[in-house]
Amino acid sequence: MSQQFLPDNPLPQEAKVPEEIARFSPAVEAEIDGHLAKYPPERRRSAMLPLMFIVQRERGWLDKPGVAYIANRLGVRITDVWETATFYSMIYTKPAGKYHVQICKTLSCKIMGAGNITEHCAQRLGIKPGETSADGKFTLSEVECLGSCGTAPMLQVGFDFHENLTTEKVDEILDACARGDYKFAVKVR
Amino acid sequence: MFIGAIGCEPLQLRRVHLEHSRSLDVYRRNGGYEALKQVLDGMTPDAVINEVKKSALRGRGGAGFPTGMKWSFVPKDSPKARYVVCNADESEPGTFKDRYLMERDPHMLIEGMLIAAYALGARVNYIYTRGEYRYLINIMDEALDEARKANLLGEKILGTNFSCEIYTHTGAGAYICGEETALLSSLEGMRGHPRMKPPFPAVSGLYACPTVVNNVETLTAVPDIIKMGGEAYQKLGTEKSGGTKLWSVSGHVKRPGVYELPMGYDDMEKFIMEDCQGIAGGRQLKAVIPGGSSVYIMPASDILGKDVRMDYEGLVVAGSMVGSGGFMVMDGTVDVFETTKNLTEFYKHESCGWCTPCREGTDWLVKVFKRIADGEGRPEDAQLLLDICDNIEGKSFCPLGDAASWPIQSAIKKFPEDFKRHLLPLVAGAKEDAALSMV
Repeated sequence: MSQQFLPDNPLPQEAKVPEEIARFSPAVEAEIDGHLAKYPPERRRSAMLPLMFIVQRERGWLDKPGVAYIANRLGVRITDVWETATFYSMIYTKPAGKYHVQICKTLSCKIMGAGNITEHCAQRLGIKPGETSADGKFTLSEVECLGSCGTAPMLQVGFDFHENLTTEKVDEILDACARGDYKFAVKVR
Repeated sequence: MFIGAIGCEPLQLRRVHLEHSRSLDVYRRNGGYEALKQVLDGMTPDAVINEVKKSALRGRGGAGFPTGMKWSFVPKDSPKARYVVCNADESEPGTFKDRYLMERDPHMLIEGMLIAAYALGARVNYIYTRGEYRYLINIMDEALDEARKANLLGEKILGTNFSCEIYTHTGAGAYICGEETALLSSLEGMRGHPRMKPPFPAVSGLYACPTVVNNVETLTAVPDIIKMGGEAYQKLGTEKSGGTKLWSVSGHVKRPGVYELPMGYDDMEKFIMEDCQGIAGGRQLKAVIPGGSSVYIMPASDILGKDVRMDYEGLVVAGSMVGSGGFMVMDGTVDVFETTKNLTEFYKHESCGWCTPCREGTDWLVKVFKRIADGEGRPEDAQLLLDICDNIEGKSFCPLGDAASWPIQSAIKKFPEDFKRHLLPLVAGAKEDAALSMV
């Protein structure tokens, strides 16, 4: 099955390369080289998701120049990148807020009070789950199980876990974000 | 949150409370990499596989397939590369054991993978971790770097002819990628669609090469199996379920946590009421989902006074499954209709869309649940849910369809009153048995 996706059938260059391609610093390029080195050279496509996360870290979301960059770097078609990107909930195909507040809504969190946490966040931020605030600061999402069932309810800001939540704890987190001094503990590498 | 062993010496959780438990130094000072040395000092790959077979270790990700047998399916004469892939996609609702294993004892996973790679002749191997566990990917990368510097990874490990590399790989938010063939599709940079079996990954997996995909908890059991011998490991548990098992306990217990129990632990009531310190707030136990969201729900009446043995066979007898060990406890305030709706929404969201029964079926299930919750249900809706489940179960491309059906089937069977409560008031004058005639 994997055979058909090998980039051994190159398309005409103009079909592959749109007008704008993202550019990154030499440091980021080196980082990307590091990811590509993990996979057999003829299986570069494996680096698709790691590269998407790096593009998102650098550009905020997977925009068209970012997609073009990945297609170029992996030797695949633009459509191959879109095809993969649209499958995964953590790949943003539209701009997301600087602070992506993701509240787990699955069973253990639900029975431990996730509903209250969501309501509280929605009220404080003035947006509903699925929306981004007008200033582009916050995106609020309800997500499925994040593996913090024993420390429910929980939410993630970016990749940071915040567990055993109370509304007071949520306020502290959101206050820090609003002031702009929230420090992301976990970063994409 | 509690993390520890009950009813046995901690095995997998032996080091989790040590200071700097994730450092190579602490791991080595506490028995780490001894098993790898033992293997490289003269065990043949077949001897390693044999020990794992004798251990009666079964896959801890959910399916419970005997690990030694899975390993022995890899063809010995294949000229292709072989791969060991660690499934750290832990996304089964209620399951969070792998997270703490990787967070607190990453070298145990590296050692387990190295031994598996040696046994299977794999040169390059991957740890596929769910994207949300980014901090664990970073922890694993640091541990891998440490191991590389100590010549525990790379060329000619510890001066032997064994060379092996392990890399981390990230998922990006898709439950289906915990299914091994979907995981391999995702690792190849594609949409996480499951693949047709056969061929099984052992014959044609990653890059169409022989591949073994094992859960974190399965691989971390391997060093101990080598050190104590397969037979001794098996004897910690029961004949068919060897060793110890981690249970992720959540919900309405006073002391949630990760519990390591010997397989065959007697019994579930004692586990909930004593080990987990009973139900919070002095309320009554109503139900338990013992093995992650995909297994049958158990009412309190099937647990209390029933001596439910906690292993693969015991839980089947009791009407459920070990699954991933995601043990979710619910008290009397819980409405099983609501919890089942919640899980059905989960499966609808996570259905990959590849096959019609699952994609359309889970969508219809959610629509029916929603209209019942909105007060627009029809008396026959409980039966309709069961009919839809019947059209999904066994007819979907991968087990996600079954996993979506089983919670609903068992919930309607075991908690008909919770469904009646939502259905009955809808139809003026409806008789109880009309609402749930077929339930």
